Amino acid sequence: MLNTGLLIILSLAALWTVMTRSLIKSTIGLAFTSIVLTIIMFRLNSPLAAVFELSVCTGLITVIFVSTISLASPLTPKEVELLSAARLKRFWYLPVILVLVGVGLLFVKVPLDFPLPHNPAGHDVRTVLWNERVLDLFGQVIILLAGAFGVAVLFKERKKK
Amino acid sequence: MPSLVILVPLIALLILNLPLGEVMRKASFWVALGFFIFQTVLLFCHHFRCICGSERFINSFFGMDVSVDHLSFMVMFLVNIVALTSLLVARHAIKDSDARFNFINLIVIASAGMNGVTVAKDIFSLYVFLEVTAVALFIAIALQREPRALEGAFKYILLSSIATVMMLTSIAVLFFAAGDTSFASLKSALQVSGKSPVLLAAIGVFICGLFIKGGLVPFHGWLPDAYSAAPAPVSVLLAGIVTKVSGIYTLMRLVAAVFGFKAAVCDVLLFGGTLSILVGAFAALGQKDFKRMLAYSSISQVGYIIVGLGTGTALGIAGAIFHFFNHAIFKTLLFVNAAAVEESTGLRNMNKMGGLSSRMPVTGATSVMALLSNAGIPPLAGFWSKVIIIIALWVSGRYAYAVIAILAAVVTLAYLLIMQRKVFFGNIRPELDGTKEAGPGYVIASVVLAAITVGAGIFFPYVFDHVIIPARSALLP
Amino acid sequence: MTQVSWPMFLMYCYFTAFVFIAGIYCILATRRLIRIMIGLELLTKGVTLLLIAVGYLMNNTGLTQALVITLIVIEVVVIATMGGIVLSVYRVHNSLESKYLRKLKW
Repeated sequence: MLNTGLLIILSLAALWTVMTRSLIKSTIGLAFTSIVLTIIMFRLNSPLAAVFELSVCTGLITVIFVSTISLASPLTPKEVELLSAARLKRFWYLPVILVLVGVGLLFVKVPLDFPLPHNPAGHDVRTVLWNERVLDLFGQVIILLAGAFGVAVLFKERKKK
Repeated sequence: MPSLVILVPLIALLILNLPLGEVMRKASFWVALGFFIFQTVLLFCHHFRCICGSERFINSFFGMDVSVDHLSFMVMFLVNIVALTSLLVARHAIKDSDARFNFINLIVIASAGMNGVTVAKDIFSLYVFLEVTAVALFIAIALQREPRALEGAFKYILLSSIATVMMLTSIAVLFFAAGDTSFASLKSALQVSGKSPVLLAAIGVFICGLFIKGGLVPFHGWLPDAYSAAPAPVSVLLAGIVTKVSGIYTLMRLVAAVFGFKAAVCDVLLFGGTLSILVGAFAALGQKDFKRMLAYSSISQVGYIIVGLGTGTALGIAGAIFHFFNHAIFKTLLFVNAAAVEESTGLRNMNKMGGLSSRMPVTGATSVMALLSNAGIPPLAGFWSKVIIIIALWVSGRYAYAVIAILAAVVTLAYLLIMQRKVFFGNIRPELDGTKEAGPGYVIASVVLAAITVGAGIFFPYVFDHVIIPARSALLP
Repeated sequence: MTQVSWPMFLMYCYFTAFVFIAGIYCILATRRLIRIMIGLELLTKGVTLLLIAVGYLMNNTGLTQALVITLIVIEVVVIATMGGIVLSVYRVHNSLESKYLRKLKW
């Protein structure tokens, strides 16, 4: 029951993220969604992944967003006002769509007819990560190197010609 | 060899980034060249004892769940060839030494990613390495930060991320049915409950994601922009191998090893492939930009591969694998030619060119080879693969699809001849009189690729028996 | 694993679908590049939720946690790259940004 409540909060946070006007508020909404997701993950018996979600998604990604927004400083406040006034109308369809989909889903009978595998409780996450999924770890190392190159190349100020 | 294909690029990356300052920057081209040649050699002598010994040594540290069969072997060979080509092109095309150094690093990362894709035996590891490849390419497209390239990179990153989300959702549902993510357990779970609508929907979502990655027709919006806006060496890499490995090879592997050739899957593949063939061919007819025309041609040719796979018969799959091989070679060659023309004339609009064959003989001659192979003229390699695919369609009773494939081959010949006439044939335009060959890198790359195309066509029976049939047996045991 | 957990699975699926719809809507309805990034983040959140829920229901959180950790690392790299590209777009079009935004229709 508590989980259902948390899931509803998660959906509402996502909704607010999409609907709010300013980019900074939207970023905060995203961080809040992430925090709610972290709590759900703790409750679903996944503490280590939850810690990652909290530190990386709530922390690092918010930092990336805020720094991109502030470095880009895209529009003056007046322009933001004009743009959002024109475009806010379109965002009001979202709650309607969500409610309609929710009601629709109640009537759809999903045929769940595949037998579920019976498997014993798997190993601990550390064992799985370090012993069984070494290939993924190497993938992570390589992608982090790629990301380092990307940040070094793309965030640097362009040379003046 | 399986774990070496991940570790060797990592070591090469470390060597490239040794803190030696300017020395390494100057030597980076040669280091990367040496690395790719070493990797090619490694592929060909993977049965040598020293390599097997070192492998056992490595596996005692990290037990990676990977394996190499003949198809992975062929794809890795193509990855190395195209990466070498791209490296040679980059030597001339990227003038700024910093940007070139970064690009060389990114090629090595992308090749590590593609190697990982070819050896993975687990659907989640496959996703990880698809992302490695994709991220390296996003950065490479945006590397020089030209406005159009940035726009192309943004479209690519957006659609690729959406494809990723679709694939992950499907992975989650399949995982729910199988309890594990390895190909073998997914396959056995799908054999038990393959008719369940939920699982069929999950498979459909996954295939749509791969269609986005491979740029097939309902989802091809990003591909012409990314191909034509990217810097020349990046478009060689992207068009030559990256979309093929991350979309088409993955699709082949998953359909054979996990999803199975169900009627629904085959229908989706046949329909999507035919649509790509038609839309790509007719869109290519109307293009002015050289690289954009080649991009649409790519969509159309990739459609043939998918159609061959969609027949589900042994013959069709062999044709698909052979066309995969040919297309990687001749499309890379055409992109190298486009890059050479752009380098020496500064032009991409085909209407402003003309008669370049007399000034750039090697580029002109090799592009004729690529054209003939692409259009399916005997005895070049592209002819055999297309014929096999069309015969497979006919034999399996899909007459309408076979007719469409034949008609589209005629359109292919038409747009390629238009390109050839506009760019290379005829009299030289006065303003292009001083044009010369673009540089030794382009010449070497195009001659080698043309030799492979012609060789694979002339020695077709040998290539078919010793490369394609073993590769097919990896998919259809 | 009993059939009792089917309703649970469906409930998580529905909420994942809600988050997905919010994310897709965010991508489709905006012309601002950073909002598109936020939409993609929401989609990834949905996938994370689904994976964790599946692991919990199957009593195999070891494996799904490993998958989610890998997923999060990749997500950060992709978002950082995307942020860099967006930043470069703004720098290149320093004075024309709203024009450029209109040109990039989605």
